[in-house]
Amino acid sequence: MEKLIAGTTVTVNEEGYLTNFAQWNEAVGEALAAEANVVLTPRHWQVINYLQLQHKSNLPLSIRQIGKSNVVDIKEFYQLFPNGPLKISTKIAGIPKPASCL
Amino acid sequence: MKHLLILGAGTAGTMMANHLRHNLKEDDWEISIIDEKEEHHYQPGYLFLPFDIYQPEDIVKSIAEFIPKGVSLIKNKIERIIPAENKVAMKTGEMLEYDVLIIATGAKIAPEETTGMQGAEWQKSVFDFYTFEGSLALRNKLREWQGGKLVIHITEMPIKCPVAPLEFAFLADSYFKHKHMRDKVDITFVTPLSGAFTKPKATAALDHLLQEKNIHIVSDFAIEQVDNDNKKIIDYGGQEVPFDLLVTVPTNKGDALMERSGLGDDLNYVPTNKATLQSKDYENIFVLGDASNVPASKAGSVAHFEAEILTENILLYIGGQPLKAEFDGHANCFIETGNGKALLIDFNYTHEPVEGTFPFPGVGPLRLLKESRMNHMGKLAFRWIYWNVLLKGTHIPFVSANMQEAGKHF
Repeated sequence: MEKLIAGTTVTVNEEGYLTNFAQWNEAVGEALAAEANVVLTPRHWQVINYLQLQHKSNLPLSIRQIGKSNVVDIKEFYQLFPNGPLKISTKIAGIPKPASCL
Repeated sequence: MKHLLILGAGTAGTMMANHLRHNLKEDDWEISIIDEKEEHHYQPGYLFLPFDIYQPEDIVKSIAEFIPKGVSLIKNKIERIIPAENKVAMKTGEMLEYDVLIIATGAKIAPEETTGMQGAEWQKSVFDFYTFEGSLALRNKLREWQGGKLVIHITEMPIKCPVAPLEFAFLADSYFKHKHMRDKVDITFVTPLSGAFTKPKATAALDHLLQEKNIHIVSDFAIEQVDNDNKKIIDYGGQEVPFDLLVTVPTNKGDALMERSGLGDDLNYVPTNKATLQSKDYENIFVLGDASNVPASKAGSVAHFEAEILTENILLYIGGQPLKAEFDGHANCFIETGNGKALLIDFNYTHEPVEGTFPFPGVGPLRLLKESRMNHMGKLAFRWIYWNVLLKGTHIPFVSANMQEAGKHF
């Protein structure tokens, strides 16, 4: 389905995740963060950029691996994106949330 | 005489040995396969062993039984791969040279990655079912268990057979009902993901199963430690889940051989081209099955489809032609839902599991993403197919290596 956000029309799935990363830009990221009640600081952006880089390299994302990334430790990751940091941060980053096959 | 070397005689390696011996002339190519073990385990059977549905002898046979004539089976431990010299060093000091190397060393559990997992309660009230030993110890525990809080837990993705933990929860519901003690057991499923189901169509079609079976879900749970003294698991966000019996799926990792050889990522999976299955770093190394980092499910059906594609690509590579066979991430899995029923799912890199018919579009006889007795019969029949058809590299009729889109409701 289509959604107008920050002046851009993007395609999202049933849960509001972007289905085409090419439609993402920083203004879209800011607006998605506002919807999730997250105010983005430079630390948030460092994490978001790391997640996007991993996604582009086809690498799976897990909390433990993010904790080993030297970008952020797991405690801080929870502070930056409270209550399910992985599903919230990936939504803001415009990439799919980590999923199983079902 | 050229030499093709296969590391690992599990599902993927054994299938490649059979495919390639059939396709490469014995006068031109010597084929060897190395494994340190003597037994070949039907790993899907680990799910059934704890519930006394299968017995150990149903799921264990000898590796040698499935290695074709004309392939030498070497029982030895591999110390290191030296890709720059096209050599593999054995633990015993010998060196094997190769022209083409296939890595099929699989994945295994790494409970040591989580604080307290292998603590005082390990195999007392904390169990895994991803190893033969763990699964058997759990069977013995379940036979005498009087009930309480059963917690089924996934540490982190990716894991082998990603739906197996959920199947375990469904089968546990069934098992305790049959033992007339379901009212004494509280079942909780704890996952690092956003729910038991993560794909929109599967969630819509299957979420009702959890209510029907009275299985509680704790989602977004990233485990920090197992607290053995107080019998609870604790996550980084401070959430706690108490247990009387914890059935956990620890972190899964590729073989430590990759770390020793400098060939793996941080979980010891080998970076692999997801379409051609060629190693990203060395053109004469190919990787299939659980050992690779391709974003497909770690499952036997995936290895089976990969083996058909990889055989084509290795023949092209040997012939000096560009690799053209493209793997699409195809997986096909029966999922036990308990009470003699199962689901069937068929999907790939780009298409999530949906409802429909399989393998004949519009006809079936199997129904996708719907519970049925027929699918359960399919899952049980699959053990015979595995030992008698799949490992031998025989093509399974009507089931193509790439996923077919017809007959599916996208």
